[in-house]
Amino acid sequence: MATDVGDVLETSDRRRAGASGKVTLTLRIRRYNPELRGEESWWDEFTIQADPNDRLLDALHEVKWHHDGTLALRRSCAHGICGSDAVMVNGRNRLACKVLVRDIAPKATVEPIRGLPVLKDLIVDMEPFFEGYRSVLPYLINDEGEPDRERLQSPEERQRYDDTTKCILCACCTTSCPIFWGDEGYVGPAAIVQAHRFIFDSRDRGARERLQILADKTGVFRCRTTFNCTDACPRGIEVTKAIQEVKREILLDRF
Amino acid sequence: MATPTMERATPLAEPAPRISRERPAGGFELWSWLFMRLSGIVLLFLAVGHVLIMHVMDEGIDRVDFGFVAARWASPFWRTWDWAMLTLALVHGINGLRVIAQDYVRRPGARFAVNASFAILGFVLFVLGTVVVFTFDPSRWGAA
Repeated sequence: MATDVGDVLETSDRRRAGASGKVTLTLRIRRYNPELRGEESWWDEFTIQADPNDRLLDALHEVKWHHDGTLALRRSCAHGICGSDAVMVNGRNRLACKVLVRDIAPKATVEPIRGLPVLKDLIVDMEPFFEGYRSVLPYLINDEGEPDRERLQSPEERQRYDDTTKCILCACCTTSCPIFWGDEGYVGPAAIVQAHRFIFDSRDRGARERLQILADKTGVFRCRTTFNCTDACPRGIEVTKAIQEVKREILLDRF
Repeated sequence: MATPTMERATPLAEPAPRISRERPAGGFELWSWLFMRLSGIVLLFLAVGHVLIMHVMDEGIDRVDFGFVAARWASPFWRTWDWAMLTLALVHGINGLRVIAQDYVRRPGARFAVNASFAILGFVLFVLGTVVVFTFDPSRWGAA
């Protein structure tokens, strides 16, 4: 039976208006503020009213703007592109701007991402993460001289590394990796994804150099295919697959 | 109107010739990774076969006694099977422990000590097992 168009519009209007359909959301947030409360972290609970179609980021804003202004969080674009607001929601790394209230209500736990030093509340020091990123030479390397126009490639050549171009460096993958938790010397999934993006680019000539870096004991062979990274990626990148492809490339490069 | 085409001012370079000044990547960790995969596949057959033959078929473990082992090891095939399983399982297992220690034992000195003890343990077990597999002689034990 077809739904009456009037009903659809009315539901849609109600959803847009939002006001009547608020839900109660209790946020359990892990706090940390060494300047005021020393080295121990603690938990705070905030109960707010939120539209089910709001995002977790809106809920965190509600807390910060109307309940406790000292809550520190990082965000920029708020639309899943800048990669600033990665947090751990109910034990899984997510972007706060891509989680809907209706999917976590009535209660959710929010923590900073793991494996990086926490500076305050949900803000972590990203430097160890970017150190791994820089170490894989994440830029085009080509010493064949200036071309007189763009370096062209076929759609197939472009497709080869398409998946890994989607990375926004939010660190969801790297900070969900148990190997990275145990040893921040490991370059981590995000750095390997970024290396993959250039290793398999037909215009690039630096593959061998990157493969040598990644074949080191801090590189791809530390990966134990836990798949946490693939689960965490807010861009849907098949991170573990990319890592395995780099391992295979290191092997095939010998022959 | 002409169909848009992708015109090239210069032809595409040949698929990247991977010739470079640097040596190919991948030393010990590459071979260690490859060994774990290959030995894992071989062990799947050796170990599952071992369990089926020794513990499941016929009356299972109840029929295994000195005579059973003596009869089985009269054939070089079963001695080779058991020795291959011993070697691969030990190297696979000890290397797995080394890899775990690499993740969680942070101090270089402690890591060296842990890895050394794994290696010694593996070597001792390997020597003991190898001596048994190669020198076992039922007649020396006064049995049939």
